[in-house]
Amino acid sequence: MSALLVLALTVPLLGLVPLLLAGPRVGERAALAVLAIGAGLCVAVGVAVALSGRALQYFVAGLAPPLGIGLRADGFSAAMMGMSALVLALTAFYAMRAPGAGAPRMPPAFFMLLLALASALNLAFLAQDLFTLYVALELLTFAAVPLVCLDGKPGQLRAAMTYLMFALFGSVLYLLGVVLVYGQFGTLDFARLSAALALAPPGWSFGAALALMSAGLMAKAALFPLHLWLPPAHAGAPPAASAVLSAVVIKAPLFLLVRLWADLAPVPMAQAAAPVLAICGAGAILVCGVVALAQVRLKLLIAYSTAAQIGYLGLMFPLAAGADAYWSALAWTGGTLHLVSHAFSKAAMFMAAGLIAEVFGHDRLAGLKGAARVAPLSIAAFGIGGLSLLGLPPSGGFTAKVMLLTSALQQGAWWIGVVVLAGGLLAGGYVLRLLVLALQRPEDGTLPAARECGWRAGIALALAFGAVALGFLPLAPLGFLSIGRPIAWEGLAP
Amino acid sequence: MSDAMLYALAGAMLAGCGTYGLLTAGGALGRILGFNILGGGVFLIFGAVARRGAGAGLAADPVPQALVITGIVVAFCATALAVALLLRLKAADGAGEEEP
Repeated sequence: MSALLVLALTVPLLGLVPLLLAGPRVGERAALAVLAIGAGLCVAVGVAVALSGRALQYFVAGLAPPLGIGLRADGFSAAMMGMSALVLALTAFYAMRAPGAGAPRMPPAFFMLLLALASALNLAFLAQDLFTLYVALELLTFAAVPLVCLDGKPGQLRAAMTYLMFALFGSVLYLLGVVLVYGQFGTLDFARLSAALALAPPGWSFGAALALMSAGLMAKAALFPLHLWLPPAHAGAPPAASAVLSAVVIKAPLFLLVRLWADLAPVPMAQAAAPVLAICGAGAILVCGVVALAQVRLKLLIAYSTAAQIGYLGLMFPLAAGADAYWSALAWTGGTLHLVSHAFSKAAMFMAAGLIAEVFGHDRLAGLKGAARVAPLSIAAFGIGGLSLLGLPPSGGFTAKVMLLTSALQQGAWWIGVVVLAGGLLAGGYVLRLLVLALQRPEDGTLPAARECGWRAGIALALAFGAVALGFLPLAPLGFLSIGRPIAWEGLAP
Repeated sequence: MSDAMLYALAGAMLAGCGTYGLLTAGGALGRILGFNILGGGVFLIFGAVARRGAGAGLAADPVPQALVITGIVVAFCATALAVALLLRLKAADGAGEEEP
């Protein structure tokens, strides 16, 4: 069973070999097959964790920490792995050229980068020491930056450069935090750090280290106010690339932020820092939500919506660090569920936007009147994905936001509740803007002759329904997500 | 002042200079250099942390040294990617235009 963890890391990288050797057409299919196998492996990890009720663990080369490197999948990791692998596989399918369709073909590099992303994401979700996580984040950045500038247009290159600079600054800050942690504890392994932290309350230098790591992760995840790189990068990339960038790539640093503050940091320290993260989250939801309303291009609108939706995770921290065990667990579940459901709905929306732009030849909102006639499935995918962003039932976004809202009200954090509701209204504003335009009749009565590519719109629709399906989860802390918490190595003295 | 402290302070100064450069440099090349100076500072601080292992009878704690080497490789790759991107940007933008 534990071998699944190693396979999840290595299979995507082995898949690069046929891609390098074969021609683009065979390579595409090979990449799709490998990503499908990768998704199968990630789902198998999830099933194994759920069936055994324990975290899977593996020591590379049989060497246990502190000297060796350990991989570990708990419920939260498994959920993130399954989500990202599914989105990556469906994106590869979406990006394959339709037989006979006039859609622009994605270069072979795109599929190579997808495979690299798959491996880097799995490493970020499985690694258990702060330095391996640094390497995982860097691998992720190196795979994500070229996705932004696949077409090599000057605008894309500029956006990629800004993204790279933010990401590199973020990774050095993170590394400085890692150095301070090592200087204080002499270990970087989560389980051993938790054990050391439980023995003695940490001093200010651990707080400084956590602050540095968090600032670095915020820069990589584009959490307000470090979000400036995201809209041009995500909106400028080709649609299939935007879908993975917005849906899964930014989730890895957010996942680590949750790990650091909810799993590693002692509760008093988490409680002290949580308001700062919550204020950043509230700023993201309100500022980016308003800016999204003002956009004239569809893809920029969706990109600002990503920057806004990340904010809900920031709101989770003060609630998850609350005194009441049940309400804080509910907030934690809401935050993690939000990460998963946002991935499905955002991937669906970017894919739909790509198909709409193919039909119209542009993505200026004012010119998209009548889109529901020529691209009905895409508009449906956009709308259903948007439901989840608005927080309308039934959708994963609804469940996640209700969990956050309930927890906020029960814990007396009314201002967080207000921000959650205001964010829903703003999301309603920008999602409905396109839907209203799409249902209108164009002024001059002419619609583009082209029609949407049906099977690719079907993929977007399937992802949107994935977000809807998450809405049928019960409104209670999920047992699966909390399997394997708190972090500890089985069969190893701390 | 112990020599580890001296190295740590030097690393902190480098990190400060690098951060200043990264945040204020006008062009992308300046930012890339700033990132490298900042990274060098962080690696030096890590080296100073390793020196503390001397208390255990070793010349230095070998784990941070291994991590620093990995970090240097990663930083080198990042620099290569950034410079490649900068070259593409210059080619696309036309001759001599520096990224503001």
